[in-house]
Amino acid sequence: MSLLQELNEKALTLNIPLSVQLDLTYRCNERCVHCYLDHDDHGEMTTAEIKHLLDELADAGVFVLSLSGGEIFLRKDLFEILEYARVERQFCVKLKTNAIMVREREAARLREIGVESIQISIYSHRPEVHDGITLVPGSLRRSIDAARFLKSQGLRVIFANVLMVQNVQDYQGMRALAEELGVECTLDPTVTPMMDGDRSVLNLGIGHETLREVFRDQALVGDVDEFCAVPSPGDENSLSALPCSAGHTACYVSPYGDVFPCVQFPLPTGNVRKQKFLDIWRYSEKMNEVRSIRLKDLTTCTSCTHVGSCTRCPGLAYMEGNMRGPSSQDCEKSFARTGVPSANMLAKKRAAPNLVQIRAVPTSPIGSGATALA
Amino acid sequence: MSKLYMARNPRAAARSLDGEMMIMSGRDSTLFTLNKTATILWQSADGATPLEEIVEKKICAEFEVEPIRALADAEALARELADHEILHISEAPITQQNRTAGEKR
Repeated sequence: MSLLQELNEKALTLNIPLSVQLDLTYRCNERCVHCYLDHDDHGEMTTAEIKHLLDELADAGVFVLSLSGGEIFLRKDLFEILEYARVERQFCVKLKTNAIMVREREAARLREIGVESIQISIYSHRPEVHDGITLVPGSLRRSIDAARFLKSQGLRVIFANVLMVQNVQDYQGMRALAEELGVECTLDPTVTPMMDGDRSVLNLGIGHETLREVFRDQALVGDVDEFCAVPSPGDENSLSALPCSAGHTACYVSPYGDVFPCVQFPLPTGNVRKQKFLDIWRYSEKMNEVRSIRLKDLTTCTSCTHVGSCTRCPGLAYMEGNMRGPSSQDCEKSFARTGVPSANMLAKKRAAPNLVQIRAVPTSPIGSGATALA
Repeated sequence: MSKLYMARNPRAAARSLDGEMMIMSGRDSTLFTLNKTATILWQSADGATPLEEIVEKKICAEFEVEPIRALADAEALARELADHEILHISEAPITQQNRTAGEKR
């Protein structure tokens, strides 16, 4: 067991939120076609409120603080918040940004303050594709310039790419660009529904056939046979496992102070403007409900052959209507990976009525027999 | 033996978990955990109090350990943590100014 795993186990036992993502703003200077956020400002926390929250988080034992948005550099007090988080409260700070406002001066300040990593959203190595997703001309060039400034300061930079129909053909080129710049690169085929529940954005997802090809790219997954192997059914151990760290050792706080189990799990559990963070973390009924769920408690998934190896996201399941239910996007991933349909997919297939049914229409006294579409 | 002073490197991230410190190096993100005695040393590393005094007042007073042995162990630990750049050590008191100068070198 790695040291990090050991610390996670310990935090789990002690009910300590080891890592928190705090979105400082939902405002953004890009308009990514797949973004799940409403970019209007509905009353962000002030600098003082955020500093107070950081005090509460530090006192609660939070070690890793991921600052995200929206675009964090749109907050004029960003560096004040960063200095407070690092110098006064000693968080391990990770940033998520599009970095188009990061120039030499900002990169140097981030180096002085000492952030652990800067994750930059990059969707393609080709400007016409990347800028077509962000809807900001010149955004790729600026983000890549920023990555260079940050690297020149010796900072750890990670490119984060969401695979969609618009850019899936470019992921190899993007990985090559990352390698050339000496930065890390992550790929995620998950498109998240809008926070208001609108799921139309999911149409941007790459679909089963393409996902199947991606999962068979040795450069990405290593040993393809092992990665795509048909899973063995879940045993007693795997069924008593936790679905993920959301609500267990991690949670998410919005720019308005709302606390959720995860950024991808919009179940409101409290608001730090009205309650102490630790009271929400420890005593919120919703948080404790999330915390109580084990894989054996899931509907449908317990009988699924993928239960022990599935990447099922409880937040996506919640957005589908049931936090104990399946997450269809993860069912699709398991299917694309192994070729074995999930229990959820089989159940849906059984339940789905045929789209076209042909039945005999009773012969009327004056008409002749016919068929009709029901 | 000359006096040794220790100061926490502000570039390191740190948090106490059940009385033991988790520390991430600002240099290479390596993660460390300190046991309870090492945690006492870390928390006492103010740049102004000599290591000898920390060991005498905070380690020997709390744990049954021979002062000479405790000081030797503490000094070895301080040097190891300094190698990982999560502590600064010096034979003179460490102020904000000389720490910053040291970091720029």
